[in-house]
Amino acid sequence: MSVEHDYIGLSAESEVPNSMENSGLNLKATELRLGLPGSESPERESSENNTVVVSVKSFVGSGAKRGFSDAIDAKWVFPGSDPALYSPRTAASNGSKLLAAPNSPLATPVVKEAAAQSPKPVVLQDKKRHGIGSSSKAQVVGWPPIRSFRKNTMSSHSSKNEEDSEAKLGLGCLYVKVSMDGAPYLRKVDLKIYGSYMELSSALEKMFSCFTIGQCGSHNIPSRDGLSESRLMDLLHGSEYVLTYEDKDGDWMLVGDVPWEMFTNSCKRLRIMKSSEAIGLGDKMTDKYVSCVCCLQLQGQWRSAKTVTSLVLVLVLVLVLLLLLLLQMDLRMSMEKRRPQLLPPEC
Amino acid sequence: MIMESKRKKESPSSPESTQFPDEVLERVLAFLTSHKDRSSVSLVCKDWYNAERWSRTHVFIGNCYSVSPEILARRFPNIRSVTLKGKPRFSDFNLVPQNWGADIHAWLVAFADKYPFLEELRLKRMTVSDESLEYLAANFQNFKVLSLLSCDGFSTDGLAAIATHCKNLTELDIQENGVEDRSGSWLSCFPESFTSLEVLNFASMSAEVNFDALERLVSRCKSLKVLKVNKSISLEQLQKLLTRAPQLVELGTGSFSQELTTRQYAELESAFNNCKNIHTLSGLWEATALYLPVLYPACANLTFLNLSYTALQGGDLAKLLVHCPRLQRLWVLDTVEDKGLEAVGSYCPLLEELRVFPADPFDEEIIHGVTEEGFVAVSFGCRRLHYVLYFCRQMTNAAVATIVQNCPDFTHFRLCIMNPGQPDYLTNEPMDEAFGAVVKTCTKLQRLSVSGLLTDLTFEYIGKYAKNLETLSVAFAGNSGRGMECVLGGCPKLRKLEIRDCPFGDEALLSGLEKYESMRSLWMSACNVTMNGCRQLARKMPRLNVEVMKEDGSDDSQADKVYVYRTVAGPRRDAPPSVLTL
Repeated sequence: MSVEHDYIGLSAESEVPNSMENSGLNLKATELRLGLPGSESPERESSENNTVVVSVKSFVGSGAKRGFSDAIDAKWVFPGSDPALYSPRTAASNGSKLLAAPNSPLATPVVKEAAAQSPKPVVLQDKKRHGIGSSSKAQVVGWPPIRSFRKNTMSSHSSKNEEDSEAKLGLGCLYVKVSMDGAPYLRKVDLKIYGSYMELSSALEKMFSCFTIGQCGSHNIPSRDGLSESRLMDLLHGSEYVLTYEDKDGDWMLVGDVPWEMFTNSCKRLRIMKSSEAIGLGDKMTDKYVSCVCCLQLQGQWRSAKTVTSLVLVLVLVLVLLLLLLLQMDLRMSMEKRRPQLLPPEC
Repeated sequence: MIMESKRKKESPSSPESTQFPDEVLERVLAFLTSHKDRSSVSLVCKDWYNAERWSRTHVFIGNCYSVSPEILARRFPNIRSVTLKGKPRFSDFNLVPQNWGADIHAWLVAFADKYPFLEELRLKRMTVSDESLEYLAANFQNFKVLSLLSCDGFSTDGLAAIATHCKNLTELDIQENGVEDRSGSWLSCFPESFTSLEVLNFASMSAEVNFDALERLVSRCKSLKVLKVNKSISLEQLQKLLTRAPQLVELGTGSFSQELTTRQYAELESAFNNCKNIHTLSGLWEATALYLPVLYPACANLTFLNLSYTALQGGDLAKLLVHCPRLQRLWVLDTVEDKGLEAVGSYCPLLEELRVFPADPFDEEIIHGVTEEGFVAVSFGCRRLHYVLYFCRQMTNAAVATIVQNCPDFTHFRLCIMNPGQPDYLTNEPMDEAFGAVVKTCTKLQRLSVSGLLTDLTFEYIGKYAKNLETLSVAFAGNSGRGMECVLGGCPKLRKLEIRDCPFGDEALLSGLEKYESMRSLWMSACNVTMNGCRQLARKMPRLNVEVMKEDGSDDSQADKVYVYRTVAGPRRDAPPSVLTL
């Protein structure tokens, strides 16, 4: 079983489903946890929920950016790490639905996506199944009756999903970094929990209001006590700052132009930019076009620059060679001039 | 149509038939298209038999070994269109050896001689080589329609030959075949002067085709009605194709997940908006909720939506179905789960056919997909439902009883509980009562596939009640041969019976002696049938071909796979060594 790495390069260890505990392995004691020192890892969900909760450090462990405790306390399900997440069909729970419990809203999509990502899960030891005994679990030829074309298509599709796990689109969360010009550290937000730009911007306001108070202070604007979200709002809307994002192509775009879903699918990181720096981001299309054209021009120039330089170098080399040749010839001539003196005195 | 010159008139058998000149009778019979009707007509009297055989232009042969090309040509001199089916259906699931037979070539050679004006050839589960396709392209000047479904043995080179030489081609339909996809350049072989194409389906081929060639082809074929492209075609390319062919009636998209700019998105939406005639939509590979909205304008008249290659979630399916009120046929993956099926029940009251395929059929450890609740929800909302193919991991007798109570008009009921021999998960009882309810309530039932834990009682019910049943598929079921005997003794219209992994032995096999001649075929694999039993059958019924496929390492006396079919062509001569004709 390969352990998948999350987007910040840490591998998350999962908590083991309850059935394995029942079998006496008690892996909890030996389990690796990655919580911050002093932070408590979230409690495991009760057994009837059949969800797996994973505690993951939310900030890079380089030490530079320690997170806030509130970010860590948040529980969420992170399926990317361990394929063996699903409780087996137990004979005891005859009447229960076999999907994740409905009271954990993130669990169901997560379960599904992990299923797509991990077609070969670990078989849990004390699984009980209805029907034919588990001795015949070796895949029966031609069963279920699905045509080869469909089988092959779907298996290549699910393996592609594995490769796309880096894209994180299928997971129940979509974390992007948010930076603000002038702020000492960055934050991370989960775009999936917002449904619109309004929700995102108000969340960002709350997150970054403390920095703008400081900024206000440095700009000789009278600071206020406590958090002042409206102040930040004023700042943002008063065009001191603009909210921008980097899309999949690496371009910096103004937030709000495209439909929300398109935005969440293409946004890689957010930046609260000072408006003085944001000039020219207004028109996405022209900007893209212009940048493309500039790129091409620059490329052309660079190419011609490269050619010119290489030409010059070649010329220089040639000159040097010529000089050497000349020198050689000189030497030879001078040597030949001296030679007659060395001839025997018969002539 | 060039008709053969008239043959001598037979002496009249009765005064009534002389009042009706043959020519008139033939013209009248020409309107009959159903081959069942035509078979009935040909039995009336000799004159009608002759009139029918002269006027028949399309022939359907359900088992290519039941008749020979020579016999066919002798009886029907004016055939323009042939539909042939070859291998037993279980060959789709790898149960039939590779080189089993059903090669089209001998037929083509005979047709080149007897039907040089052949226009249409539709093949299912046949072996077709590149040489055969080249032969076809070279020998039939009027050739118009080629449809290959679930065939194997050819490569894109063969398709290139068809594209190059068939100047009158109107239909090229290549579906779910074992094609060796060497390159996509076959599509570029259509000459620039070629404009007659009406149907083009290469959705199940993988190689990238030359898009420029495709675009030009679509531009100049003004009668193109059906276009189903493969995964290599992007959304941007699709938009271009749609602007060239807004008259399309059936569309199969390519990959549906390209990154689009706002402008491209708007253009795509506009392109779909202009396609007012689309009633069938398929493809949609890798479609996500993001781009499905571009389809909405084109969904108003949609009657068939094939999402069986799209891993869609229930909520997203619901959003799409809101725009498809006229939907009659829907194919989906079980990723939509019960929630998605509830939406089907809510938004598609006209639904007649539902197929739910499993996204991860071999992952037994993962529990997701659809359950009995989804099926029940559909049955409450879609009272016209008559065709269902349902793959699930749990089912109850009560649910099925409710379903058929809501929808008593089922003609095709194919339920696949994926874990073999699984009982009702609530009561732990066999699923006998479920299928009993189906056959008792659905009197029009023609096709039934059973699954789950089943005893002989299921087959008693089937034999007793399923009076219109024509096709029955059974797997991992029954207690004894009595089950099979009930079916063979009870279902008067039974034509195809396919059985695997059931405890039916020689006695059961031989109980159907008289029955098999009225059936197209019988398949039994991994049952308790012995070679002796098969030999007995072959001896007693000379007009049946009894073929046994042996597996390596099996007991000599056991008949691992048995295929029995009626034939007027005698034992076949092209069987491979692993297939014994008794």
